[in-house]
Amino acid sequence: MATQQTRSLARFMLAPSVVLLFVWMVVPLALTIWFSFQQYNPLNPIRDGFVWFSNYSLFYSNPAFLQSILNTLVLVGSVLLITVIGGIMLALLIDQPMWGQGIVRILVISPFFVMPPVAALVWKNMIMHPQYGVFADIARFFGAQPIDWFGQHPMLAIIIIVAWQWLPFATLILLTALQSLDGEQKEAAEMDGAGFVSRFIYLTLPHMSRAITVVILIQTIFLLSVYAEILVTTNGGPGYASTNLPFLVYQKALLEFKIGQASAGGVIAVILANIVAFFAMRAVGKNLDK
Amino acid sequence: MARAVTTQHKVIATAAAWIVALLIFFPILYTIITSFKSEQEAIQGFNLIPSGTFESYTEVQAQSGYFKFFLNSVILAVGSTILALIVAVPAAWSMAFSPGKWTKDILMWMLSTKMMPAVAVLFPIYLIFRDLGLLDSRIGLMIMLMLINLPIVIWMLYTYFREIPGEILEAARMDGATLWGEIVYVLTPMAVPGIASTMLLNIILAWNEAFWTIRLTTTEAAPLTAFISSFSSPQGLFWAKLSAASTLAIAPILIMGWFSQKQLVRGLTFGAVK
Repeated sequence: MATQQTRSLARFMLAPSVVLLFVWMVVPLALTIWFSFQQYNPLNPIRDGFVWFSNYSLFYSNPAFLQSILNTLVLVGSVLLITVIGGIMLALLIDQPMWGQGIVRILVISPFFVMPPVAALVWKNMIMHPQYGVFADIARFFGAQPIDWFGQHPMLAIIIIVAWQWLPFATLILLTALQSLDGEQKEAAEMDGAGFVSRFIYLTLPHMSRAITVVILIQTIFLLSVYAEILVTTNGGPGYASTNLPFLVYQKALLEFKIGQASAGGVIAVILANIVAFFAMRAVGKNLDK
Repeated sequence: MARAVTTQHKVIATAAAWIVALLIFFPILYTIITSFKSEQEAIQGFNLIPSGTFESYTEVQAQSGYFKFFLNSVILAVGSTILALIVAVPAAWSMAFSPGKWTKDILMWMLSTKMMPAVAVLFPIYLIFRDLGLLDSRIGLMIMLMLINLPIVIWMLYTYFREIPGEILEAARMDGATLWGEIVYVLTPMAVPGIASTMLLNIILAWNEAFWTIRLTTTEAAPLTAFISSFSSPQGLFWAKLSAASTLAIAPILIMGWFSQKQLVRGLTFGAVK
């Protein structure tokens, strides 16, 4: 039935979003690349001009640069690890027959609805505050010294907060996948004497693989640009201990007004995101074709 | 036949699941509890029973004016969602029902535009917005939110539309349905649940977007993300006030999410679960 007419209609329907996204991608990116070759400082415009690659070498020689790339990867990697493994375990638990499963689901999904600045503020002040936080109360109850989370373990603290925000997403998608598993298959495996572990490895895990890839892909997109959580809690510190690449770019642009260097950092961030995306997309593309 | 479940197994599973669920929910619960404490109570150590005062709420309202931010959040979330649907529904529709050689690649490319870190393009966007007079305007921010969520919206709609079987259309045609009848009586009822859950997810994403909404606004168009950011620097005794403000910022979307979580979760799987 796909006549020439319906096909051109289809193209016509698709065009607006393709054009919009193309413009949205190309124009800001082109401008960023342009600025990355400029010396541009709104506060001190005297030396503004074309400077070739010196912004890149300045950004690269910044001691925070390698640290920020490392922090970005550590943050993405650890949160993925925690949420995927934790999500699988939680999904297996919630999938068991129990009383009040509906309420359990609602409680578990809740952090997903909390906006990043609120999540960060609540964790910073209510939970991890070295004096008034709940963790400090618990530590004092056991007679221990409360931990100064953001001073001593800034990356760990941020990883905990971000993982808390994304665990619900992973759990619920994996739970949905788990619940779509054919009950008869499970029973057959049980009849054949497969124990819990081998059932999990040979039946459940392959069944969930598509869901796991989607979780990894969607989360990677959002985790690469974590920003509000760092801004609110540690402000990238102490030193550069919890500065990721987006946050370093933000510091250059909005705190130091070094637009050229910030743009060079932005271009590097885009390249890094594309490298990560390339691998994620390839894995997902393969898995979604099945 | 369901598996026989021993009561003991069920009791253990229930207890374990409830403990974990309450731990995950605890930061939110404790914030809500603290919002009903006075500032003095809030710092007197762990305590789950508040005195039930509303003074933090009245103070927050007097200090920052909640309702203007709330209204902006609603307008931005709903407005950007409607814009996104207007653009995305035809696109997802055409890719689902007359897929071409490039459909998969186009979808992947669209998703890849989301990989661009927002902060990398902040400055150019800021300049463009300034030159177009869109800084701190609701319409500018609406377009922004529409653009950043568009790939996800298209992707989600696509996975929904693809599940609508093409044979149903042919059957309707055989029965003599006109194109209009096809759209109104056959396709729309099947597409509505998918569109509805996409809408919900997009409203949540737009409501919680905390980069552009803070960076591109000052007062007029500032939504709740900006409202809560004014509490980021400690200001004396502010634990109860912070809790009240946080509760106010998340309550609308939390309640909406609770009521719609079933539809939402199905949409979130992006076609990964058949």
